[in-house]
Parts: sequence; structure tokens; C-alpha cells
Amino acid sequence: MSLATEIDYGTPASRSTTTVTLTIDGVPVTVPAGTSVMRAAAEAGLMVPKLCATDNLEAFGSCRLCLVEIDGRKGYPASCTTPVEANMSVRTQTPKLAQLRRGVMELYISDHPLDCLTCSANGDCELQDTAGQVGLREVRYGYEGANHLVAEKDTSNPYFTFDASKCIVCSRCVRACEEVQGTFALTIDGRGFDSKVSPGQMESFMESECVSCGACVQACPTATLMDRSVIEHGTPDRSVITTCAYCGVGCSFEAELKGTQVVRMTPDKNGRANHGHSCVKGRFAWGYTTHPDRITKPMIRKHITDPWREVSWEEAIGYAASEFQRIQAKYGRGSVGAISSSRCTNEEVWLMQKLVRAAFGNNNIDTCARVCHSPTGFGLKATLGESAGTQDFDSVLLTDVVFVIGANPTDGHPVFASQMKRRLRDGAKLIIADPRTIDLVRTPHVEADYHLKLRPGTNVALINSLAHVIVTEGLVNESFVRERCEPESFNQWRAFVAKPEHSPEALEPVTGVPAAEIRAAARLYATGGNGAIYYGLGVTEHSQGSTMVIGIANLAMATGNIGREGVGVNPLRGQNNVQGSCDMGSFPHEYPGYRHVLDGPTRALFEGAWHVTLEAEPGLRIPNMFDAALEGSFKGLYLEGEDIAQSDPDTQHVTSALEAMECIVVQDLFLCETAKFAHVFLPGSSFLEKNGTFTNAERRISRVRKATPPVGGKEDWEVTAMLSNALGYPMTYTHPSEIMDEIARLTPTFTGVSYERLDELGSIQWPCNAAAPDGTPVMHVEEFVRGKGRFMITEYVPTDEKVNRKYPLILTTGRILSQYNVGAQTRRTANVDWHDEDRLEIHPHDAEERGVKEGDWVGVVSRAGETTLRARITDRVQPGVVYTTFHHPESGANVITTDNSDWATNCPEYKVTAVQVMPVFGNSEWQERHHAFTAQQLALLEQRERPVRQTAGK
Amino acid sequence: MNVEHLVHMANQIGQFYASLPDHAEAVTSTASHIRRFWEPRMRSSVYAHLDQADGAGLSPLLLEALRSKRSDVEPKAAASR
Repeated sequence: MSLATEIDYGTPASRSTTTVTLTIDGVPVTVPAGTSVMRAAAEAGLMVPKLCATDNLEAFGSCRLCLVEIDGRKGYPASCTTPVEANMSVRTQTPKLAQLRRGVMELYISDHPLDCLTCSANGDCELQDTAGQVGLREVRYGYEGANHLVAEKDTSNPYFTFDASKCIVCSRCVRACEEVQGTFALTIDGRGFDSKVSPGQMESFMESECVSCGACVQACPTATLMDRSVIEHGTPDRSVITTCAYCGVGCSFEAELKGTQVVRMTPDKNGRANHGHSCVKGRFAWGYTTHPDRITKPMIRKHITDPWREVSWEEAIGYAASEFQRIQAKYGRGSVGAISSSRCTNEEVWLMQKLVRAAFGNNNIDTCARVCHSPTGFGLKATLGESAGTQDFDSVLLTDVVFVIGANPTDGHPVFASQMKRRLRDGAKLIIADPRTIDLVRTPHVEADYHLKLRPGTNVALINSLAHVIVTEGLVNESFVRERCEPESFNQWRAFVAKPEHSPEALEPVTGVPAAEIRAAARLYATGGNGAIYYGLGVTEHSQGSTMVIGIANLAMATGNIGREGVGVNPLRGQNNVQGSCDMGSFPHEYPGYRHVLDGPTRALFEGAWHVTLEAEPGLRIPNMFDAALEGSFKGLYLEGEDIAQSDPDTQHVTSALEAMECIVVQDLFLCETAKFAHVFLPGSSFLEKNGTFTNAERRISRVRKATPPVGGKEDWEVTAMLSNALGYPMTYTHPSEIMDEIARLTPTFTGVSYERLDELGSIQWPCNAAAPDGTPVMHVEEFVRGKGRFMITEYVPTDEKVNRKYPLILTTGRILSQYNVGAQTRRTANVDWHDEDRLEIHPHDAEERGVKEGDWVGVVSRAGETTLRARITDRVQPGVVYTTFHHPESGANVITTDNSDWATNCPEYKVTAVQVMPVFGNSEWQERHHAFTAQQLALLEQRERPVRQTAGK
Repeated sequence: MNVEHLVHMANQIGQFYASLPDHAEAVTSTASHIRRFWEPRMRSSVYAHLDQADGAGLSPLLLEALRSKRSDVEPKAAASR
């Protein structure tokens, strides 16, 4: 595939529905009202020279190159800032305009290095192109006078450089930081000749507030801001459009390559989830795909104390299959199972669950959504009828009240957060419910109207008190409820939340949130126009995670904030394919499309299609697998892309369960924490090395396209198919498109999805079927998927994880912008420059009481275990609450978290752990054991037995 | 399976459905949730606990649900599992 070239129309498209017709260079042009003359010309194929204009930024009018002549107007207006008018007659090319443009260009070039042949932007430089476009042939001004040619280069950022000598001060970088990213880290310092781009207050990029999203690099028309990878490798010569493998935003990217070398990841401006934007992970943190830690050969060993032995794919697969068969023969059909990951494609997770159901003959398949959004599936299915978010991301642009609950979008879903911040800067109101002061509470030009800083574990009390206000103050949308919802369930719910014990005043001692704030926030959400709820793992990862999801759905239904653009219930999915892995039947009680295994007709459908008798009982969920392993009835586990030894709670419980099993097969990129307990290692393929699809948080199915060959020789779906074949259940697919065809045949919400349609439409939001052939951006429009919306009673039940004198603080966990979950990918990139260790955030009051100073090592002890972290003293957390991330295995954040879980789904209660924190001078006992075990396992990897190479000799 | 853990999980389920105004619905919903989401060896273990230890630790709602819906919730003997 050749390098994609996209037309830059210079200014954004107008959203107006009325049109205007004008004439440009004698050509009649009809465009929406509000379109710039520059864009109208570009749409007619007439490209006006420009430097400061680009079509993802508002017109600025500073470079003076895009001058045009307009009949009846004096002078030479800038085409970027001049809107079209009816019957306007524009000339873009005249001798006078050519003279003016050459004069302007000459001034630019007089203060610009003439090193084009050795410049990193050679061939990809708008300044160079524009000089050619305007016919610049000489520069009459010498370099003797004042200039910027020796300006210092900022090389502080690991991913790009800033060479001020090449800057033309077009402000595109500054505007990109403001308009696209919304961080406002850049400014123009000084005036006139002294003007220069300044990160922060004349700081380096790394010292400033810059979040390294790369929007400025993308916007720069010269080599001033340049990817280091382009400096190293040169400009790319081909590109492949694919989908990011990090968070649930699912950004579309052009992977730009030279041969098989990735040179740059450029966000795709046609990507409907990201509209040409990206974050530091998606744009820059792809170096892990070629990291030397990648394991590229299959390996096996009998015991985890043995050195690994590199073997052929056939031997490794054969050994794994024989072990699973031996275990099932000895311990029973239900003694083995599998765990897939949301880092897998839809096609891969489909094959995983199919292998378990058809080849293992049980339903012991689970996925990492168990530990993040399984309550979303349960709660939204029970109330609305479908286990998915209701909106597309663009819906936020029509939202009047944004209500963020238990989510940290600027860190967890940064590209969507930029879109949300744009809407907030344009006037939408903001309510945040979070125990911690996340960045969104107060960020440049955005400030929350209400920050409900509740105590961890009191979500349901909070949602009940909000509902109480809505019900008792007459704020229910009665007509919506009457037409769209079950009257009986609504009346029961109304009576329940109206009880005095659910008033904000009664629950203030529980939630810690002043009653007046809750009342004001409830009024705003109910009456402020379009209200949209965005929530994350701060909602789901609780003992009442499912109850809270239900409570959110109740609130949206009661206020009529569902079923149209601008409103809705929007779970922000943590990983790229959480939605997809759930859709594909990765839960042990559900077939694909969220159909229960007890449902006879559905089971018969799959039995007919797969030519096998299927188990009619639900299987084990991940935590149940651990319990069954320790009990002795679960002995074999196949994992793809999931590192349970780091990501799951109560690490020592998990690793004890792993040690109790007889065959663990890990398919991964690296020797992850779980792989250290494995008997078979199968090399995985990164997102750049395979074909498939991901489904993001807005139900958008997007293609993942192979850009480079898999380093281990096989795409992941091929490996699962090989294992199934070895187990005696044939899988004969030749391409993932055939797997998607099977998905479409067997899943009612996917019947219209195929690779051909995805290529045609770019992406598709399910349901996609005869009723919605192009997909469904907004769900539940006319009626709920289940028919009438169902209200459910949400009694607040305090968690069993109580604080007491021994464990007086509550630990809650989260993630940070630069790192991604267990960090297996991002820790193997320069993103560690921002976050090289997990730290414990502690309030100054709690720190002082314990004699803890900034940077001190502290022991964090819970009922489950103990670890040590360095302290960061901050009032982001409230007194009595501490917080940490979990990106580094040696931190042992999950050594402390407990096996408490959501009542409905067993989603772990990561967000509430009672702990004590005290200064310490050494590692915890667990950390010492972990260090020793890691050293042992790395030594066993190093000592791995490799086959003797047959060399062609003389 | 760890019975103490199962008892705790079962009681959590009961706590959710106990708030339903109709007691019979609370009993049915509790039993149904366990039937639909618990793997057979988990259900067998909790019934063994019911028989051997009189369901010690289980809440009254759980005792009622498990006993009254036993024919639906308790797994049939499955030698192949």
C-alpha cells in the first residue's frame, strides 16, 4: 500500500445545512454557509498557498500567503479567514497575488536554514512545497543581519525534537495544543522578531505541562517539531490504516513504514473515533513491538523450575494439546479453561471461546472484562436490554451537562477527553463524582461546576441521593418514563429512592459529600438540557459495581436522558477491545451476542453451526478458576494476552492458584508475570503484525490491518486454530475475514458486518443488520432493546472491606496517561520517562501523622498483603484515602488488593482496600520473594535450550 | 471450592434482591442468579454445605432460596465434569 496522501482543505468543514454558491477562478462552487474561501477553493480542486492554515484548526490568518482577490473588495483578503458569500467572485491566481506571495515567502526563507537536502522534513515539508508553489527563485536578503538560525534545539522529549531555528512562528503548534488537545501547554513568547514558541513559561518540552500527544508535531509545517523516528529512518514510503491497541477509544492510525520498519504512527483524520488526534501512547509508544524482550520462538518445559526449551510450533502446540487432554482424562472435562484478553482482536476472542466450548467441551472461558467492565454488561443488560454504551463519541458535542463518574478521561481515554474538553470550553456544564481530584476538575479553560468528592465505596449511596432529589423535587421526565419505561418497576423505584433515608442530608455522613452540592448537581443533570453520563472503573470495580451501573441507568431513564444524541450512558472501556471481547461470547455464561448458555435455541444454533454438542451449564469465572485450582479441580489454563499474575487482585492468591495447576499455556509478546508460571509459551503477535478487528467503547468495529510480519511467524488467530486442531476440533480458516463471516452468521447484531463493508464504510457501530445496514451510532432511540426500560431498586450495602484501627486508610487504584495497565507494552518504551515507578499518593495530613515525607519509602499493608512504594504527598486525595497506579510489577499494587468482588459478576473491588501506611526501610517480604522468583525465571529463560542450527558448510 | 467464600458471595447476591418489595420475587431472583451465573461445582459445594453444616453463615433469604428452588439450582450429577 503506498503512502496515503490526504488533501488539507486549510480550514475545518462548516456544519451548516444551508449552502452558498460563489465563483472561484471562474468555476462555480457550492459549499455550506460559513465555509472559508480557502476551503471552498480546495473543495473545487483549487489549492491556495498557505502555511498557518490546516483543516483541523480554526483559521488564524497570520502567514499572509493565502491572499486572494475578490470582486468589489479592497485589498487582498486572507482566504482562510474570509467566509464565502453568495455570488462572490474570487481569484486565487493573478500576477499581483503571485508577486505578493513571493515577497512574503522570501521573508520567511530569509530567516530559515537552507539545508533542505539534509533536513529531516525533506520531501515532507510544507514550507518547501509552498516555496515551489509560489515560484520563489531568489532570496535578496543575506544572513548577515539578525536571525534565528542558531536558536537552540530542545531535545528533551524522547519522541520529538524542537528546532527553533526552523520555526516560522505560524502558531499551528500552539493552536493544536489548545484546540485539538486542550492542554494549552504552548504559547508564543515575545513579540515581533522576538516571537518564539514556548512550552510552559520558556521551559523545555519535558519540563512543561506538555502531555506529548504529538498534535503539535503533526501540525508543524516544517522540521521544527519532528518525530525522532523520522529523523532516524527518513520519511516513510507506504502506509497501512489500522487501529490502536491501547485504550477503548480505538483511534484509527496510518502506520507509516519503510519496508517493515515503522517510521511513524499518524492519527487518521478520517477515523471517526479520533478525528485525526491521538495520545502519547498511540502515536509514540509502539517501540515495544520490536523490543528485544519479545519472545519469538515457542517454548515448553515440564516444571516451572526447569529451563525453557525452544521447540517448533508443531511440538509446542502438540505438547499443550496432549497436556490438556491428559488433564481432562484424569480430572474431568471441566478441569481446564481459558482466559482471553481485551488486547485480542474480535476474531481471536471468538476463536478462544469457540475452542473452549467446542474443543474443551465446557464453558470455562473468561476474559479480562471480568476484572473491569463485567458489571456494565450485567447492569445495562438488566435495565436497558443491551450490554453496551448507548452513544457515539461525537454525541458529546451536543451535550449540555457532562457527568463523569469514577473515570479519569484525560489519563485513561485522552483522545476522547480532548473532544469532551472542547465541548466543555464551548459552554457545557460539568459534574464530576470522584474520590480524587482528577485533572478534569480544573484544567485550562475547564472547571467542574460540582466535584462530588465522595468516599470510596459509597457510589450507590451517592446515586440514590441524586435520584432522591430528582424524584422528590419533581424533576422526573414523566412523559419519557410513561412512554418508554415499565410503570411498575418505575413506581417501585420511585417509592424506594423517595424514602427519607436516601436524601442527600441523610447520606452526607456516608458519602462525605455536602448535601447542598448533591442537590445542586442533581438539579443540573435533570434540568440542564442534554445530560450525558460517562463512567469508568470507579463505578464497576466495587462490591456494588453492578448496582451502581443499574443506578446510573435508572437516573438516565428517570430524566429522559437516553435515546438521542447528546445524552446517554457511556461506559469508558479501559482496553481497546473490552466491548468486542464481551460481544464475542467471552463470558462463561454467555454465547456471542450476550445470549445465555441456558437458552436452548441459541445453544442449538451453535451446535448446528459448530457440529458439536455444547455444555449447557455456565462455566467458571476467573476468580472461580483460582478457587477451583486451589481446591484441586481445575488444572489447566490457556491464556492469550492476559497477565493475571499482575493485573488481578490478591496476587498471592493468584500465584498460589497458578502454582497449583499442571499445565499453563501463555500466548503473549513477552515473558510476562503469568508466563513465569507457564509450561508452554506461544509467541504472540502485536497489533501491527496481524489482521482482525477491534470494537471500541462506542461499539465501533474497526479493522486491524497487518503492517509488518509477525515476529514469531504466526498471527494469534492462527495459533489458536492450531491448538484447536491439535485437540481434535478442526478450525480451517485461511483469513480472519472468514471468522468475521462466521460471527456475522451467528450473531444477530453483527449480521451486516464483513471486511468488505468495513473497507467500504471505514468502521461500523453495531447493531449492524437489516434494520440498520450502516450501523447504529445511538441506541434505544424509539424503544429500549428490551422493549420498556426497567428500573431496579439499588439498596446501598456498605462494603465488607472496613477501615479500622489496624487498617485506617482506604487505598484506591487507577492508571496514568503515559502507562497502560500492566505496563507490558508501555514500560518497554520511552514512556517510562514520565512514569518509571508507581507511587503512593497520600494526603499531607495523613503523611504528617505518620512522619512520611515526599519520596519516602512506605509500607502499605492490607488484610491481603504488604508492599512498599514511595510516597507522593498531595491533596489530590482526601484525608483517609491513598491512591496508587499498578503499572510496574515490582510495585505489587495487587498484592494489597483483596478478593472482595461485585455481588453479581465477581468483578474485583480494586477501588476499596483498607490499609495502613507507615515509613519503612526495605522491601516487603513479598517483594523479596518476587525479586528472587523473577531472577530465577529470567535465568531459566536465559538458559533456554535452543535447537542446534544446521549450518550449510563447505 | 472454598465454602466460606461461596457463602459470602451468595449472601451478597441475597443482599441485592432482598430489597425487592415482593418477597417471593426476591427468593426467585436470588435462586435464579445463582443458577444462571454459578458453575455447577460452586452450586454443588454450597448445597453440600447446606446439607452438612445446615448452611451455616447463609442468610435467611439464601437458605430459603436454596432450599425452595433446590430442584432448579442444584446441578444434576454429571460424571463427565
